Amino acid sequence: MGIIDLFQQLANGLSLGSLYALVAIGYTMVYGIIRLINFAHGDIMMIGCYLAYFGVLMFHLPWQISWILAVSLTSLLGVSIYLGAYKPLRRAPRISALITAIGVSFLLESLGLVIFGGRPRAFPRPAILDIGINVGGVYMISFTLLIPLMTGLLLLGLIYLVYRTKIGMAMRAVATDIETTSLMGVDVDKVISFTFAVGSALAAAGGIMWAIKFPQINPYMGIMPGLKAFIAAVFGGIGNIFGAMLGGFLLGMIEILIVAFMPSIAGYRDAIAFSILVAVLLFKPTGLLGETLREKV
Amino acid sequence: MKRLWLLVIVGVIFSSFSVAWATDKIRIGVVLPMTGPVAAYGQMEWAGIQVAKELVPTILGKEVELVLVDSKGDKVEGANAVERLIKLEKVCAIIGEAISSVTMSGGAVAEQYGVPMISPTATNPLVTQGKKYIFRVCFIDPFQGQIAAKYAYETLKVRKVALVIDVQQDYCVGLANFFEENFKKLGGEIVAKAQYRTGDQDFTAQVTAVKAKEPDMIYIPGYYSEIALFTKQARELGVKSIVFSADGSYAPELIQIGGKAVEGIYFTNFYDQSAVATDIGKKFVESYRKRFGRDTDSFAALAAEAYFVLAHAINKAGEADPKKIRDALEGIKNFTGLMGEFGFDENHNAIRPVVIQTVKDGKFAYVGIVKP
Repeated sequence: MGIIDLFQQLANGLSLGSLYALVAIGYTMVYGIIRLINFAHGDIMMIGCYLAYFGVLMFHLPWQISWILAVSLTSLLGVSIYLGAYKPLRRAPRISALITAIGVSFLLESLGLVIFGGRPRAFPRPAILDIGINVGGVYMISFTLLIPLMTGLLLLGLIYLVYRTKIGMAMRAVATDIETTSLMGVDVDKVISFTFAVGSALAAAGGIMWAIKFPQINPYMGIMPGLKAFIAAVFGGIGNIFGAMLGGFLLGMIEILIVAFMPSIAGYRDAIAFSILVAVLLFKPTGLLGETLREKV
Repeated sequence: MKRLWLLVIVGVIFSSFSVAWATDKIRIGVVLPMTGPVAAYGQMEWAGIQVAKELVPTILGKEVELVLVDSKGDKVEGANAVERLIKLEKVCAIIGEAISSVTMSGGAVAEQYGVPMISPTATNPLVTQGKKYIFRVCFIDPFQGQIAAKYAYETLKVRKVALVIDVQQDYCVGLANFFEENFKKLGGEIVAKAQYRTGDQDFTAQVTAVKAKEPDMIYIPGYYSEIALFTKQARELGVKSIVFSADGSYAPELIQIGGKAVEGIYFTNFYDQSAVATDIGKKFVESYRKRFGRDTDSFAALAAEAYFVLAHAINKAGEADPKKIRDALEGIKNFTGLMGEFGFDENHNAIRPVVIQTVKDGKFAYVGIVKP
């Protein structure tokens, strides 16, 4: 493998990794606040993609407006999922909420299948994001540059939201202790709804980026990204936003490098990547940046 | 009372007539999925058979009678349908089924009773393997891989090929292996092999690894979704090599998803109306348009070929005896079909011309035909 090829592979890895990171930060944030592994995250992402798709192709909206609309509508969807499916179970054992999340995931997939149909659709890529770039033999399209940029910006925005705003303070308080927080006069439901709104908006944003990179959408498209994002989040230390970002980047990079060095066994890249993650977690069960949770007394 | 007797007598006379009449006809069974999940295949093939019968209405000077039974695309229904055609309808031969699994379950019954059965479109190698009475007029994948290698080497003049294989699909692995074997035999070189799985979306690493070996052509005999994404990413990463695929490419989604990137991609397929070259082929296309008002498709064409070759075999056998028809079918080596001559190999698979298609101006287009 020549040096140019190596750089090309690193660029590929960076681009895939930042996409994983983008989906993973939404995933990890919801977990960080209410300790719920939201298995429906990938499917919320899929709905976001379809909304953006219909905005452009059915209502002939400019893509920017269609994207913003899709992200907003998806965050509303996230809130309604919380109110309908998770809120009634807030006091139930955590396993009930987990199973409900799986149920919501199947519901969204099946609804997608019924409403949108099973055949894949081609997601339109705006011309400005489809310009070929050649940097000394390393090829990419203009969109490739946008993903890390967007991931970075959303991460900064999220950090600001969680650590510098009043609602962020409430979110962190809920994360620490729901009972006590509500005793302090904080409307816990409102805070959690808000968390879901932000998480789903991030899912939709990640989904749209995903659909531009791989311009083919179908009702099952959320399963793999959801799984990858979950793994990235666990790898980085679930609940930790920086960790999710780091985990996403590493996962993307590992996958690409596996294929780069061993293209003839690339069909098993997921298996190999996941085995590496299992190995890491055996030595560091809380993930790379995770803190050891002490049992609350 | 008198009237009733009259009715009975007339009935008896009529039915004895019709029995005599029936023995004077050549009864051919047709088992196809007319309803159910793959009904579209059955409908298209039935349309082809009807037009074929219009063109060849008599065999051995006797009128042909087609007996259609719906298999619903179901294995059990298919086996029952074949049983009914043989035991009750007393057909001398059967055309069907459209899909491999039902052809296998129905074929087992036909094999047991010793009645020849010809499938238009069942491509799984197991359909005819080790069977005495089962034939097919489509080609199977090893053959498709072989022809792809021949076309790549001789017509496209490529020497260095990279294989990109979907390891999750037997179809793809098989095609790639047969391509490799034959391409090397011709003197070509496989410079790289990369794998992926059905449902993969990111191919940038495979593309980069393949690109480093500078192949003249990339052979990716998978399904349309992955081919579209792969080709799109390959073009984005500056790959100029020819992309070559197989019949799994043939879906409108390939072009919708792939857009400009899939322009100029080649693939092998069963049939293209532009490849029709023989008199019977031209007549078929014409009559089909007259009857249905549209162009022929590969299902209709292959079903028609099954009818034509069966008619030929019965004529050769000299009588409508299942055993003799089977022997006649086995001996067919160069029968004139729609696109040229074809025959059966020792496993009863058709050795037939392969069509090469491409994508041009956002549409599937005909390139040429490769004779075996």
